[in-house]
Parts: sequence; structure tokens; C-alpha cells
Amino acid sequence: MAAAANTPLLHVRDLCVTFTTPRGPVRAVDSLGFTVDAGRTLGIVGESGSGKSVTSLALMGLHRGGAEISGSVALAGRELTGLSERQLSAVRGRRIAMIFQDPLSSLHPYYTVGEQIAEHYRVHFKARRAAARARAVDMLGEVGIPEPARRAGEYPHQFSGGMRQRAMIAMALACEPDLLIADEPTTALDVTVQAQILELIARLQQERGLGVVMITHDLGVVARVAHEVLVMYGGRAAEQAPVDELFADPAHPYTRGLLDSLPRLDDADDGPLPFIPGSPPSLLAPAPGCAFAPRCGRAAARCADVRPELEPYGNGPPRTAACHFAGARTAEEATR
Amino acid sequence: MTATTTTAAGTPGSTGAEPLLSVRDLTMTFPGKRSVTGRRGAPVRAVDGVSFDLMPGRTLGLVGESGCGKSTTGRMLVRLLEPTSGTVAFEGRDISRLSQRALRPLRRNIQMVFQDPHSSLNPRQTVARIISDPLLVRGWSAGDARRRAAELMDLVGLIPEHIDRYPHEFSGGQAQRIGIARSLSTSPRLIVADEPVSALDVSVQAQIVNLMERLRAELGLAYVFIAHDLSVVKRVSDRVAVMYLGRIVEIGDRASLYETPQHPYTRALLSAVPLPDPAAERRRERIVLLGEPSPSSQLRSSRGGPNRPAAPPPGCAFHPRCFKARDICRTERPVLRPAASREVACHFPGD
Repeated sequence: MAAAANTPLLHVRDLCVTFTTPRGPVRAVDSLGFTVDAGRTLGIVGESGSGKSVTSLALMGLHRGGAEISGSVALAGRELTGLSERQLSAVRGRRIAMIFQDPLSSLHPYYTVGEQIAEHYRVHFKARRAAARARAVDMLGEVGIPEPARRAGEYPHQFSGGMRQRAMIAMALACEPDLLIADEPTTALDVTVQAQILELIARLQQERGLGVVMITHDLGVVARVAHEVLVMYGGRAAEQAPVDELFADPAHPYTRGLLDSLPRLDDADDGPLPFIPGSPPSLLAPAPGCAFAPRCGRAAARCADVRPELEPYGNGPPRTAACHFAGARTAEEATR
Repeated sequence: MTATTTTAAGTPGSTGAEPLLSVRDLTMTFPGKRSVTGRRGAPVRAVDGVSFDLMPGRTLGLVGESGCGKSTTGRMLVRLLEPTSGTVAFEGRDISRLSQRALRPLRRNIQMVFQDPHSSLNPRQTVARIISDPLLVRGWSAGDARRRAAELMDLVGLIPEHIDRYPHEFSGGQAQRIGIARSLSTSPRLIVADEPVSALDVSVQAQIVNLMERLRAELGLAYVFIAHDLSVVKRVSDRVAVMYLGRIVEIGDRASLYETPQHPYTRALLSAVPLPDPAAERRRERIVLLGEPSPSSQLRSSRGGPNRPAAPPPGCAFHPRCFKARDICRTERPVLRPAASREVACHFPGD
């Protein structure tokens, strides 16, 4: 917890995750690196198959056999890769907590919500039952569940979707973690409930100085909550930037394409939407060059052959982009 | 939104003042769930008195959160569900009470596109079979139906040479194109599309939205476009109906509804949508609603006991979450009334 001032809370370097499948090895995450500081939110954006969820599970050390992980994941300076399962479980849930898209499948149906939060707290703090139970009720109250003492005695099926996600957040934060990993936490929720949950996470983050990794496919959610953004495509970083710079001046053609193709509430335009042709790539047979090249309007011959590495962009770090033509517009884009 | 509104004026594909689809007081009541002891809960009124008109060649967007009845409404329009009461008139003829046999010749006019393209396509059938099946049922010869299927594949942007492939060989966006081609095989006038892009990757959604827009212009289709994503609905719709707990709470022209929402629920909904613009997000004032839209969760929080019968609260269904609610809202249910060039079901519309 008391790391040196310049040590980031989370420092990931050269993270690779490879799965062995009957059809050959699949590198789901390739050479990923990023940092998260206390009190900051990193948004990881990507589509299905971009590797964003595989990344989050790798941070938690939740990949079992079949996944080969290399690279470094350091929490406040302490290396997590290579820890034994026993050492990891002291970190997992205690220092790093995680919430998922579907809270119902993350909660045990046979135990009351209060019991599950208390159990989690008891394991990590060796607390007495009564103290753990009180802690559970406190946490439920803190995440905005009305009548927390009564609701703690109810089962997950008696909670609505938004209340379940609140309960998951209560559980995640019961042990005062330093880092919260949220994997599409509001995707299954209605938009008015999503707004409540995002506000809740932001408030708790401010109060506790939490570092947050917010994994999402929704650029609107990123714009609302993130300080820094990592855009993933085909298992690799397409670009990394502070949130304002990313939206004001997207460097990678994929990011630009995504932003242009979104139907927007704050846009009166009516013509056909600009769109990215084709579909996200298959990781089974990765192209030698840039994974986005087949869909890219800017692609030249070398994009198909030479994979672009992350290079400083604009004013340099923390902005980086993996594109031979970072920032260059096609004629069509320039007119928009 | 009846003949008094002027939205049809000057529309390409509009054939005058006669609506293509006219829905009146559509209601669907489902029997209550059985508890473990076998007792039935109170019936659930999923759709409660929904009325609207749709002109030929136009799009009505139906938006709302989960459980608001938008999908149930869509399924009643194509008679996948039998309405409990109310009428659905297609070109002036009530189809809501027709027998399945009498309905059959009309079915070709109204088709449906579903949310999950892969699960709505039979994995054991080739694309040729999937698209031409509706034609074979209508007595087309196998050769003609296959030729038509190839034409339709071309129309929706698929490669006709892939006609003998199976659904799993296509990506999500392509599979949705197959679903759209199938819905077009009988040359319908109306397509009910239930969340047609929400299962697709963001980078693919725009392709399908554009395709549907192009087909509407080329073929003079009308759409009922059901979605929870207000940004997509804004893009495709001429008129928009916002539903809450089974009822339409606001319906009107797309531009004015989005610019000056009158119902507090519409306002809250619009303010909750995250904009892909960090600066705007920081400036924005958000209306954060309490609670959640399901009737049962409201009753739980308002009456304290779990699993109470899912009846809407008395008065306005939205009042337990509304930031403007006053006494009358708790006792008297507001009906749809004209307000600011559209219809709004609220005692205190506007700001």
C-alpha cells in the first residue's frame, strides 16, 4: 500500500496470453503494457475478441491451465506473475477486486447476500462472524441499498439487476482493495440504472482513492468515467491516450472509425453513417502486418506486411499509437 | 399521432393519409408466475393500451428499458403473440382477431427481424434454404426461390456465391444480413425489427443501420424499430414512442422529442445516455433516477415485501422514480395528451 511516490499502483509490461486450442495456439493478448495510478480510471475499450476481458482475468491471475501468460503485472511494485495460488488468493479480493457483467452468475444462489459479503471479509481479515456481518450491512448501505440490514438477509434472486450489481460492488470493496477491475459492469443494465452504478463507482473511487480499470465496449461510458484510455484491437493496443486527447484527436484509424460510426444523441446529421467495413479479425490466423489493415481505408502495402509497434504520438508519452500512419486522415475523413 | 399530425406530408413512399399500420389500445396480460406452492401470482399487464399509427415508408422507433413492453408490442404486431385486447389494423383491416388460416395470405406483408442473428437462423439449413423457405411455403418453385434468394443476398450486401453456406460460416453482421434478406423474401411492406443491431459489435452496427435505411428508401418499407439504444433509434426513426411499464408515455416527431423531451422519464433517459465526448460529459447535467423500471422491484421497495404481485403502482406508473411527482401523480393516472407538438402522458410535462 505504501509504495514509493513514483511507483504506479498497477504496472503491466509486455503482457501476453496464449491459449492452446485444438486448432492451434491463439494469442489473445499480445505485448500489452499500461499503468494505473491510485484514484485514476483506465478505460480499456474493444470489441468482442479484442482481448480486453482476457486481460482483466490475467491481471487477477484467474487463467488456469491452457493459458500461457508471460510478461509482468506489478501491484504497487510487487510482481504478481509467478506467485503461487496461495499467495495470489491473499492479493485477489483483498488488494485487487473485480466485478463482472452479470452479477447473478457471480453471486451464489444458496447464500444470502449478506452472508456472501461477510464470508469474503472474514476470509481476508480473520474477523469474527458478528463483525463481518456488521461490515456486510455497512457496505450494503454504502452502495445505496435501502434497508441494508433487512436486505442483507435476502437471496440474490430477490435483488433486481441494479441491486445485484450494487451488492457485487459492496462485496468487492468490503476488504478496502486498492484496485478495482470492472469488466463491462453496466452492460446488462438499463441505461438509467447504468447511470446510477457509474456514479456510485465514481463516488467510491473518490472517497477511497481507488484505482479503477474499466473494461467496456461503450465509448460513451469511457468518455464519462475514464482518465486514460487504452484501445484494443485483435489482442493488441491500437492506441493509448488521456481521455480528452483520444476523443479530440484519435490517432489510430480504428479509433477514428469507431467514433465516426457511432450514431450520436448530440448529432443532428441524417445521412448514411460512416462505417468500418468487414468484421473484427480472427485470432486463429493473425495477419503478419497490422490486424486492422484489411478494414482500414488508410492501409498501404506495408501495413499488410509490417506490424506497426506502439510509438509515441503527438506530444509523446503518455500518448502512443500503433499505426504506420498515425494521425493521418484519408481524404474522406478530412472532409468530416 | 393520428391524422391530426402532419408528419406524412411530403414523404417519399407515402401514399396519402392512410396509415399502413394502425394500433389501438393494444393490451397484453400474462398470467402470473406460479410460486413453488403452485399458487399463481397476480397477472402481469405487460402492454397496457398502446396506440399508434405508422404511415407507409416511415419508421416508428419504440424505445424503453427492459420490461417496458416494447418487444411484447412488436410480437403482437406480427401475431407471434395474441393480444389480450385491442386491435392491429394493417391497411385498414384488423388482423388481431384473424384465424391463423385467414392471416396466412397477409403474413407476407409483415415480417420480423430479431436481435440475435445466429440464434434466429436454423444452423442446419443453408442460406439458400433459410432465405427461400418463406417462398417455398407460398408455392414458388425451387429454382425460382433459389434465384430470388441469390438476388436478396446481393441486395443486402452478401456475396451470392455463398448461398450454400451455413449460418456459422458468417460473422454476426453477415448473419444479421441473412436475417434481413429472409424478412425481405416475401416483399413485405412492414418490418418489425426487435433490437436488430444490439447484439452486434459497435464497428458493425453502422453497416446494418445503413443497410436498413437504404432498403427502406429503395423498397418503400416501413419499420417498427424496437431498441433500447436511444442513439440508434434517433438515427433511424421519423417518430419515436417512449414506453414505460407497458404504456407509451411520450410519442412524437423524432427531432422535437429528442430536442425538447416533455415527459420526465424521457428527459431522464436521454440524460442518462453516455455521450462519446468527455468534455460534454463533464458539462452535462444528469437526472439520476431512483430505483429501477421493473414493477416488481418498485413494489418491493415501496411496500417492503419481496415478490409482491407485479401490478403497476396506482396513479402514474413512473411516480415512484419521478423527480417531479406530486400528490396527483400518486392517485390519478395521466393519459396521453397533446403537449408541445406531441403527445405526453404526464400531469406536469415540460420543464
